[in-house]
Amino acid sequence: MKITRRQILILLPAAAVAWEHVLAGTPESAPNYKMSDHWWSMLIDVPRCIGCGNCVRACQAENDVPNGYFRTWVERYHVSDWKMENPQVISPDGGKEGFPVATDEQGKYFFVPKMCNQCADSPCTQVCPVGATFVTPDGAVLVDQKYCLGCAYCVQACPYGCRYIHPQKRVADKCTLCYHRITKELTTACCEACPTGARQLADLKDPRDPIHEFIRTHAVQVLKPQMATGAKVFYNQLDGSVR
Amino acid sequence: MSVFKDSGHLFRFAGLFVLAFLLFLLIRGFVVPSSFGQYGHYRGAAIDEIAAHPIKFAGHQSCEACHQDIQDQKKTGKHARVNCEACHGPLAGHADDPASVQPVKPDTAVLCAQCHTASAAKPKGFPQVAPADHSTGLPCQTCHQPHNPAIDAGGAK
Amino acid sequence: MNGLEGFMYPNEIELQWSVLIVLYPFITGLVAGAFILASLERVFRVEAVKPTYRLALLTALAFLLDAPLPLQLHLGHPERSPEMYFTPHSTSAMAMFGYVYLWYLMAVLVLEIWLDYRREIVALSQAAPHSTRWIYKIMTLGSDNISDRSLAIDERVGWVVTLIGIPSAFLLHGYVGFIFGSIKANPWWSSPMMPVVFIFSAMVSGIAAVLLLYMATSRLRRRAIDMRCVDTVAMYLFYIFIIDFTLEMLDLVHRIYEAGESFRSLNFMVHSRLYFSHIVVQICLGTIVPIFLLGLTQVVKLNEVVRKRIYAVSGALTLIGIFAMRWNVVIGGQLFSKSFLGYTTYKMSLVTREGLLVSIALTVLPLLFLALLVKLLPPWPEDEKNAAAVAAAAD
Repeated sequence: MKITRRQILILLPAAAVAWEHVLAGTPESAPNYKMSDHWWSMLIDVPRCIGCGNCVRACQAENDVPNGYFRTWVERYHVSDWKMENPQVISPDGGKEGFPVATDEQGKYFFVPKMCNQCADSPCTQVCPVGATFVTPDGAVLVDQKYCLGCAYCVQACPYGCRYIHPQKRVADKCTLCYHRITKELTTACCEACPTGARQLADLKDPRDPIHEFIRTHAVQVLKPQMATGAKVFYNQLDGSVR
Repeated sequence: MSVFKDSGHLFRFAGLFVLAFLLFLLIRGFVVPSSFGQYGHYRGAAIDEIAAHPIKFAGHQSCEACHQDIQDQKKTGKHARVNCEACHGPLAGHADDPASVQPVKPDTAVLCAQCHTASAAKPKGFPQVAPADHSTGLPCQTCHQPHNPAIDAGGAK
Repeated sequence: MNGLEGFMYPNEIELQWSVLIVLYPFITGLVAGAFILASLERVFRVEAVKPTYRLALLTALAFLLDAPLPLQLHLGHPERSPEMYFTPHSTSAMAMFGYVYLWYLMAVLVLEIWLDYRREIVALSQAAPHSTRWIYKIMTLGSDNISDRSLAIDERVGWVVTLIGIPSAFLLHGYVGFIFGSIKANPWWSSPMMPVVFIFSAMVSGIAAVLLLYMATSRLRRRAIDMRCVDTVAMYLFYIFIIDFTLEMLDLVHRIYEAGESFRSLNFMVHSRLYFSHIVVQICLGTIVPIFLLGLTQVVKLNEVVRKRIYAVSGALTLIGIFAMRWNVVIGGQLFSKSFLGYTTYKMSLVTREGLLVSIALTVLPLLFLALLVKLLPPWPEDEKNAAAVAAAAD
């Protein structure tokens, strides 16, 4: 397919305007964004996930995630018959290069993408001794890497294993829900890269958000509900064997 | 009173404490960042700093602004919901300056296999093949146009 | 692959808290325990242990000065640690550290030592050789009043300080237990018993440490060991050990009986990766053997030489056992996956910032501090009498 010069002359200014909108810098200078208008969450549709690992690769590219550490990862479960307490779970390099071909036709398989659950009552925020990790007014759990001591207490306190200490920066690091993107009307890198729509950003303060509608009307689960973390990553059709 | 005379050393010790405390308050006034406590027990300015991180994936809306013809081709096929950068990688640089940053065409031998290699683990309804058997060594785009992969839509040009 | 067995969340495979974080509760435990021993004499008037009183205080101080070091070496950004003083997060147990530490150091230990030694300090500020006289002069804070009245006031105030010091010591070490015990994400740690177990094992380790130090320093100084003293110290060690052991067994039995979600995974861990450090070292060598030996001295009349040997062996085994307990809590809590489906291994390095050599150095350092303190402020009973004579002569 070829783009004619004429097309470029028309389309380029349009693209430039679109791109300027994206590059609009801080939330203050992105004129539309008000934190109090949003309460961010995510929906993960388990039956749609094919374990391609696109999300893990995209997250690494977008956020410069160091090798061997994961802001998001995908687990593959294999549950034999009714044996929910003994699933076989693998996550080779976090699922970054996908998964090996499964040959055992017996039992049920599914893929579970995982990430920071952006907990409303986050235990990691509770234990930080200095206030370096926090929940923003719009529901993202972030790390102030200029203030963090690197004590790793938050890493111990997270029930989901989503935090790590950055090997070069020596501070806590984790999924930021692509805060730098969602505040500019973009979606997260993982959602953008997912080919099947298994991951979708949701704004729980927006009544017209179709994903919010889905969460409101379907049976969804969170990971480890007994921990009472107020997790905001919802899973559609999460099997009971998922840890 | 003689009690004070004989406990003067205790007052000196206490005095050291008071001095240290005042010094602490003074230093604290200088050292604690001004935006601390703005929204909660954290540095409010951190929110803006994090929101200002550079963007690598432009997002499909930016792509569609220029590449409407591809979008038209895609929207009637099975890959309608597959965003451009899911296959083409992060292209914010290209969206910013299309002439100087040229995207690399993905290698279908690697790319297509990532999603479509058959596995007992994948959802049953999902289109999947064993690549070696399926195409007998031919590249995927011989028969499938990636933007609209249905077999009767013709191969890639 | 890295000693990984089964499945772990990808970020869990590498341990976050190393042997340095094992050392910290061990050291603060020694501080708290040594102080409790000192308070036995000061508050509860157990005369028999008086020979260890000053030594216990100096031991506590020596170890307390060393305590922040493993933490500083562990932090990714130690230069930011003052943030804990400037913006402590009130919901975080760890945020207490700065203030509890400072309180205990200055308002309890230093104050008590200063009050107890003041007569000697004032005397030495006048009589000491020139090279060290300036140190004592500073310590007098400019006051040379050692009249009977002022010393009586010191005695009274010191008693109150020690009284406050007991719950302060519990707080200093108890909060460490709470740091672990309040983490709902980790079932090996999460327990309301954790602070209590920590405090009692701290008392055991502190008393054992002072017992060993007293016997060792007496040996080094070629002085007779006050048997009534060590017999009493050993008796307290024995009874507190019984309480500590009971608490730990209660935790264990409770876990086994309830067999909750994490039990199978933790049980397997204790029987495999933690077997040597938990069953062999902590329980058998570090608890059952010392309790048995000490119990022996309580029911059977043994001669002095045998008792001294038993106290020395028991004391050493106790310290090893309590260190193992800290190891099993900190390292053990990170060896299993929070998915309860796998395990990892801890690879302790040798020469890095958080390695074995540094740990050994941090354990030896407080002994060097103690040697210095003992030179500066001699805690020996006969020196006390000499100092009183010097002070009387100086008046």
